[in-house]
Amino acid sequence: MNLKGRHLIDPGDFSLLELESIFRLAEKIIENKDEYSQICKEKILGTLFYEPSTRTRLSFEAAMLRMGGKVLGFSDANVSSAAKGENIADTIRVLSAYADVVVIRHPKEGAPRLASKYSNIPVINGGDGGHQHPTQTLTDLLTIKKLKGSISGNTVGFCGDLKFGRTVHSLIKTLSRYPDNKFILVSPEELRLPDHLRHMLKNIAQVEIIETEDLETVIGSLDILYMTRIQKERFFNEADYVRLKDSYILTRNKLSEAKEDMLVMHPLPRVNEISYDVDEDDRAAYFKQAEFGVYARMALIAAQLGVGNNA
Amino acid sequence: MLKVESIHYGIVIDHITQGKGKKIFDKLNLGEADFPVVLLRNVVSSKFGKKDIIKIENRIDIDMTMLGLIDPNVTINIVEDEKTIKKMKVEIPKEVQGLFKCKNPRCISNAEDNINPLFTLVKANGTIEYSCEYCEELTSYTL
Ligand SMILES: [Zn+2]
Repeated sequence: MNLKGRHLIDPGDFSLLELESIFRLAEKIIENKDEYSQICKEKILGTLFYEPSTRTRLSFEAAMLRMGGKVLGFSDANVSSAAKGENIADTIRVLSAYADVVVIRHPKEGAPRLASKYSNIPVINGGDGGHQHPTQTLTDLLTIKKLKGSISGNTVGFCGDLKFGRTVHSLIKTLSRYPDNKFILVSPEELRLPDHLRHMLKNIAQVEIIETEDLETVIGSLDILYMTRIQKERFFNEADYVRLKDSYILTRNKLSEAKEDMLVMHPLPRVNEISYDVDEDDRAAYFKQAEFGVYARMALIAAQLGVGNNA
Repeated sequence: MLKVESIHYGIVIDHITQGKGKKIFDKLNLGEADFPVVLLRNVVSSKFGKKDIIKIENRIDIDMTMLGLIDPNVTINIVEDEKTIKKMKVEIPKEVQGLFKCKNPRCISNAEDNINPLFTLVKANGTIEYSCEYCEELTSYTL
C-alpha cells in the first residue's frame, strides 16, 4: 500500500484497504511510540489555517512534533498573505517549496481541493466550511476500531446539527462504504442531513437510514452515539439558534436507556450538548477520541511522506 | 396552415418542447443574425402534439451541452441541398463547465476569481441536478 505523495481532501480519496493501512500504522505507533519519534526528522508540515481552529491545529502540530518533524504556517488569515488578496493557487505553489506536506483549513468549501490542483506536496484537508473534515473521520474510525473492535456492523446514531456538521458528513459517507452499518439521524427539521448526502446514502450506498427528531426513543438501539454541536455561526439569525440549541442535549438520565457498551463520541469542542455528568460514564469516548486523533494524523502524515514503514 | 419555405443549406432544430423555442432562439443569439432564421411556434406534430421548430439558413456552431440543458428532447438536422444529411439527438450533458456558477454561497468558486468548476450530472429523472467538483453541492439547473 503506497500513499506516498497522495492528497487527502475527501475520505473517498482513499480505498478501504488504504484506510486500513493507516489504522494499522496508527496502532503500531500507539504500541511503540518511541520507535516513531524521529521518523519525520528533517521534514516540515505546513499549516495554512485560514480560519482559527485551535484544536485541529494543535492536533496536527502534536502529530508532527511527536515524529520529530517541524511545523511552519499561519493560523489566522487576517495576518497572512490571504488578507492581501493572494489567491489559494499562488499561496500553495509558494508553500510547496517550503514544506513537505501541508494541511489547509478554510472557511470556503472546496478550497483544499482547489489547492491540491496546484500543489507539488501532499495536501491534507483540515476542514473546509460545512463540507468535509477527513482527518476527523480518520480519528473517528480509528476510535471505533480500537473501542468497538470493528468499523462494520454498527448501528450509529448522529445527533445535532446534521445539515452543517461537516464531521458528520465525512464520517457518514465513509461508514456507508463499510458493510452492515445502519444510521439513525436525530436532528431538528431545520438541521437535517443535506439532500445530496441522503440521496447518496439511499440510492448509491443503499444503506438503511432512519430520521427522527427525538433522541430518547432511539438511544436504546444504538452501538455508537455521535453527538455534534449546534454551531451558532452556521445560523443566519439568533432567534433560530436560541430556539434550537438546547433541544439535543445528552444527559446521564437519557444515557440510562442506552446499551451498556454504547460509545458516546463527539468531535469536540462541546458547548452544552453533552452534560458534564456524562464524562464519568464508561461509555464517554470523546477524550480518548481526541487522543486517537493525534495518532491518526501521525499515521497519515507518515504514509504521505513515505516514512515509518521500517520503524 | 402557415407555410414556411424549407432551407437549402443550414440547420433545423426540431422537436423543441412547445414554449421553449423562444429561449433557444435567444440563447443562440439568433435575434442578431444577418442570415435568414425563423422560429415556428405551436407547430402540430404527428407524434408529440405541439412543438416548436427553429430553421437557420446558415451553418453555425451550436452548443449541444447548452441545448441539452434547456431541452433534452431536441433533434438537430444538418441540411444541404434541401436534404437532411445528418440527424443528431441532444442529450442531457453528463458534465458541464462554464455555463453556470455554483449556487452554494460558501463555495470557494464563488470566493476567488478565475475558478471554473466542473459540474457532474447526478440525477436525470425529473429534475436535472449537477454536483460541483469543489463543494459537491447539487445545483438544479434551468436555463
Ligand atoms: Zn461549489
